[in-house]
Amino acid sequence: MADLVVHAGLQAPGSRANGARLLTLLLLVALVGASLMSLAIGASGTSLWRAFNDLVSGQSLSLRDQVVLWDIRVPRTVLGVLVGASLAMSGAVLQGLFRNPLADPGIVGVSSGAGLGAISAIVLGSFLPAVLAERLGYYLVPVAAFLGGWASTLVLYGISTRKGRTSVGTMLLAGIALGALTGALSGIMVYVADDQQLRDLTFWGMGSLAGATWTKVIAATPLIMVAMLGTPFLARALNGLSLGEASAAHIGIPVQRMKRLAILAVAAATGASVAVSGGIGFVGIVVPHLLRLMVGPDHRYLLINSGLLGAALLLIADVISRTIIAPAELPIGIVTATLGGPFFLWILLRQRGLVDM
Amino acid sequence: MLDAKDITVSYGARAILHGVAFTAKPRQITAIVGPNGSGKTTLLRALTGECRFGGRITLNGTDISRAKPWELSSVRGVLPQAIALAFPFNVAEVVRIGLQRGLEAQERGLISRALERVGLTGFADRLYQDLSGGEQQRVQLARVLVQVWHPVRDGQPRWLFLDEPVSSLDIGHQLQVMNIARDYADQGGGVVAVMHDLNLTAMFADQIALISKGRCLKQGTPEAVMQNALLGDAYHCNLRVNTAPVQGAYLLPHTASLTVEERG
Repeated sequence: MADLVVHAGLQAPGSRANGARLLTLLLLVALVGASLMSLAIGASGTSLWRAFNDLVSGQSLSLRDQVVLWDIRVPRTVLGVLVGASLAMSGAVLQGLFRNPLADPGIVGVSSGAGLGAISAIVLGSFLPAVLAERLGYYLVPVAAFLGGWASTLVLYGISTRKGRTSVGTMLLAGIALGALTGALSGIMVYVADDQQLRDLTFWGMGSLAGATWTKVIAATPLIMVAMLGTPFLARALNGLSLGEASAAHIGIPVQRMKRLAILAVAAATGASVAVSGGIGFVGIVVPHLLRLMVGPDHRYLLINSGLLGAALLLIADVISRTIIAPAELPIGIVTATLGGPFFLWILLRQRGLVDM
Repeated sequence: MLDAKDITVSYGARAILHGVAFTAKPRQITAIVGPNGSGKTTLLRALTGECRFGGRITLNGTDISRAKPWELSSVRGVLPQAIALAFPFNVAEVVRIGLQRGLEAQERGLISRALERVGLTGFADRLYQDLSGGEQQRVQLARVLVQVWHPVRDGQPRWLFLDEPVSSLDIGHQLQVMNIARDYADQGGGVVAVMHDLNLTAMFADQIALISKGRCLKQGTPEAVMQNALLGDAYHCNLRVNTAPVQGAYLLPHTASLTVEERG
């Protein structure tokens, strides 16, 4: 029993790891492609190719091209990558934490908690001590959204998990209740807001990348980067947690600490995303689910691949949203919901065993 | 050496264990038996640090309530009764979850060997959720074996804690799993198993702790514990202990009759 035979071959039998690693490469290529597409396509006639040629041949860009590319398309693309990646990774982490493929920041109320945080910051921000408001600056809304998302995740986990077991029914119902409650509180905020604040709220709440600016990119980046860089360290713990909390502890995972970290990461990524783009639904549920179907649920690959696929898909959805009725724009939330809603129903049907695929 | 003194466990206001003493030695299989609801599984939970308890438990001299999760996980693996997974892991991926840090280089060999050990060679690619209950139980045993593969490390024994490891297995696989436990003990490790089947317990255990109503009625050799009066007391029925006439033969259990294999 003690002597180990080293078997021939590149990987353990049954391992889907090579497929998952190959997929990471393919997704990187896809993300680069989607980024180029996002930079190249838009309502104005600016051509990325022409701008590139101009730059290579040493000519300076026209002012119009500069504004379109540098002030509109580049921040929008960067923001799309950040938001898409963080929504998909948040979904994957939340699903691992709850041991349930239906957990999604939008569905279980984390996004609406973050939304309440953001709205409160916009409306009540003027009541903050000037010193604090000045310190936070751009970061006030993202930080408030993070706190709102964090609080709602804690409440949700506390309600729906007993002795390491999450009740799906309780989780979804608690999510609905939380969503309704935070929605009502947000409504009150809107009610007391003045005209300028209402204008801010309207732009914020469109669920869109349309308002992308460098300011927003700068505001969202720190929280999202912390979450994204920390998330891969959760992989082993999330794999262990899929056995249940007790067994995870038995294999040496500091379960309570890992849960706290996972909740913080989800709240940071979701909060920052919601703060800069409003609520964009379904990315967090569709992306991890697709990847599990393709290369299995091992979180060592699932988290990174989710980030890449989420970013690429959101960029593509954004391109659709600004070209389909150009020069007007369809909010991206409508595009993701149109694609993601049926997908979510399909998962539900599959789980009931009604669809055999 | 596993040494538990004066263990009390309560769930809310209800006391489950009232001052249980329990010891287990390396190189032995120590079985915990008792009727339903007697507190067997709760005792195992306390011994593995899974639930809060009063009293003191030391494993290899370390107080388990002060040990870090990874310190415990490097010396003992725990097999629960049943595990349902939320995601479509395949068999090899489930077994891999047991792999401790620093052993990634041996991953391939360890997983194959563990699956071979539990008789599931060729199952690596199968989805866990598609397996039968008995097969899932053996996949989980393979995962636990991968965690503490070598029964002795750095001169310290390692331990298997098994909660009804044969509950959903047919008789052939019951014997296979108990033989894995036997081998682990023979090579210097320790095994603590909650058991339901008294016949199987008598065949394989070196020590038996008989639990009833949250107390340990007796801990000792099978000969000392498998007594008509003692078992009758614990299980509230008339039991007659028979001795198997031929060493090594396994008699199928029949009503109110037990066989005890004579050792040495």
